[in-house]
Amino acid sequence: METYLYIALFAPLLGSLVAALFAQRPKLLFTGIFTSLMIGVSMIASLNLLYFVMTSDQIVHVFMMDWIHIGNLDIHFGFVADQISVTMMVVVTIVSTMVHIHSIGYMDKDKSFNRYFSYLSAFVFSMMVLVMSDNFAGLFIGWEGVGLCSWLLIGFWYQKQDQEIVDDVKKSPFSTLSPYSSISPSYAANEAFLTNRVADLGMLIGLFLIYWNLGTLEYSDVFEHINTLSTGLIVLIASCLFIGAMGKSAQFPFNQWLANAMEGPTPVSALIHAATMVTAGVYLVIRANDIFVAVPEVGYVIACLGAFVAMGAALMALVATNIKKIIAFSTLSQLGYMFVAAGLGAYWVALFHLAMHAFFKSVLFLGAGNVMHACDNEINIKNMGGLHKYMKSTSIIMTIASVALAGIFPLSGFFSKDLILEVAFGTQHYILWTVLWITAGLTAFYSFRLVMYVFHGEENFKKFGYHPHETYPYVIAAMVPLVVLAMVAGFTKGVFVEMITKQLPVLDIHVNATTFWVLVVLTLGIALGGIALAFFKHQKDGSYFSAQMKETFVYKLLANQYYMPLIIEKLILKPYLFISKASWKIDMHVVDEIVDGIARTVYSTGEKSTGAQNANLSKSLLSMALGLVFFIVLGAIYSFAK
Amino acid sequence: MSLNEYLILSGIIFSLGLIGVLRRKNLLMLFFATEIMLNAVNIGMVAISKFHGDLTGQIFAFFIIAVAASEVAVGLGLLILLYKRKNTVNLDSIASMKG
Repeated sequence: METYLYIALFAPLLGSLVAALFAQRPKLLFTGIFTSLMIGVSMIASLNLLYFVMTSDQIVHVFMMDWIHIGNLDIHFGFVADQISVTMMVVVTIVSTMVHIHSIGYMDKDKSFNRYFSYLSAFVFSMMVLVMSDNFAGLFIGWEGVGLCSWLLIGFWYQKQDQEIVDDVKKSPFSTLSPYSSISPSYAANEAFLTNRVADLGMLIGLFLIYWNLGTLEYSDVFEHINTLSTGLIVLIASCLFIGAMGKSAQFPFNQWLANAMEGPTPVSALIHAATMVTAGVYLVIRANDIFVAVPEVGYVIACLGAFVAMGAALMALVATNIKKIIAFSTLSQLGYMFVAAGLGAYWVALFHLAMHAFFKSVLFLGAGNVMHACDNEINIKNMGGLHKYMKSTSIIMTIASVALAGIFPLSGFFSKDLILEVAFGTQHYILWTVLWITAGLTAFYSFRLVMYVFHGEENFKKFGYHPHETYPYVIAAMVPLVVLAMVAGFTKGVFVEMITKQLPVLDIHVNATTFWVLVVLTLGIALGGIALAFFKHQKDGSYFSAQMKETFVYKLLANQYYMPLIIEKLILKPYLFISKASWKIDMHVVDEIVDGIARTVYSTGEKSTGAQNANLSKSLLSMALGLVFFIVLGAIYSFAK
Repeated sequence: MSLNEYLILSGIIFSLGLIGVLRRKNLLMLFFATEIMLNAVNIGMVAISKFHGDLTGQIFAFFIIAVAASEVAVGLGLLILLYKRKNTVNLDSIASMKG
């Protein structure tokens, strides 16, 4: 089994390195196929491990090598495939394999084809390190690795020029053109990276606190001894770790980068910014559940923040017109759901929703990629319409994924989302439940608003001269396994619960049968209501918000992402720039001046004393005589003093 | 006349020689100045030898005169060669290093 573990971990790295060899060369189909194959191998190995862990109840734990061994500090590379990580591994590798295959079609005409696959496989490797590491140090390496690959891939088209912010753009209320969104891929990449840096500082402090107080970073030791610490300290550690998780999972107030990260290629958004990397924060909370269990108050804060983000992001998705941003806001919202579950102590429910979400959300993104390709990279859903006729398979797949996202029985979203609502209700958090319940309705509405705008109704794209066409068959084939999983994965709940509760706490909620069924009906009702509203409103008017509504403050607030980018710029970026400039001046005129002064003194001393070496005999004699006199005087003074 | 007065005379002459060495730029004058310094030392030696009743100092003075004579011979020879080559005996203009 150890061999499988190593194969699962290192096959993506091999693929990445081989593709990197051809990074500067023109497109080679070989790199795409080879990396996909390597990820496929990794997927098979992961599935094998899953089967092994499931059937034998054993975990696979390997010690690879010492990394840092100084004094008391002992950090090693060790990897573990236990119930949690094996679930993550399977989800990550399945989605990655399909995304790799999809990318071969999507990046078909890109001149940096080979470089793209090298980055994408490197990402998968980092993600595997993140989920498989048996200590916090390894997790942090993977954490930074995925951050780096995310930066590389968001800014993949770095050669694109910055978009100019003209007055027209400033006045436009639509988020596709909003002045407050990203202006170029490099801008978005840097924003994502820097935001994560800030949050990662929190996480690092958390790790330092753990190390200082427990003297180890190994999961098993940390979780065993965490209760020996004082409550205040545990709260501090949990909060610091959660700040790191907030950054990676784009929770408020670090949420801004995720929507802008949509500048990257669409399969990247599917893999990194929907299915895997952004869920790393949730994974961290699940993995460190022993720490969070010890301090339920922190968990409660997490749950509240999660519900807040779930609702807030869903509201933004209602009015957005950028096809990718709608799905990105939806991702934010679903991450909020996961944090609610994790915060309320239902860790396996969070993990379950994470897996289900990975399947239907990645396929939604891949579908969006197909649509964008068909319409010459158009991103405004209002400029599409009626595409069902031209791209039947994509349309059907995206509709199924949207139904799954909306949480309609018997698709996967129903099982996981319903569970989260049940948890919120069963733990007597009725306000959270209400927020999530309304959000479920909003989710259904905006998903189908997108579907209706893109695939049905008037064919607006004709005005722009697009000629939509279905993509390659193998690209569709790559999406099929994901959409099938989105349909049926919910039924694995029983097996999953049996496996995962060996490691994660059992769900301890009591909802009687009548209430349970009422809840199910209510949730299904609001979701179906949302879908029906989206459907009939579109059938009747062809659009959703009248010109009158667009003038209202609420609409503008949502279309401009609550003016958050503006607030961040005014309150944080501007003062920060001011402080930076002031520090720069201090550095220039004080610190540098001292250093330069020392150098200048030494230099000029040398310069001036070169006169001693000009071979002028009389000058040499003068200095000799002066030296002699000096020493005689010195000798005289010395002898008198004695 | 006491020993002190001889020694003071010797000191004054030595100082004159030293000033000559430091101030003069002409190489020939430099030789003269060194000769003055050597003779100042000779005066001191002879005076001390006389007042102590020990002939060693006076004999030493002879050696110094002999050495000085040969030194001047060698020095003047070099000086003539230098003059032939550079056409000058000024110290400042024969300095050739950039420094």
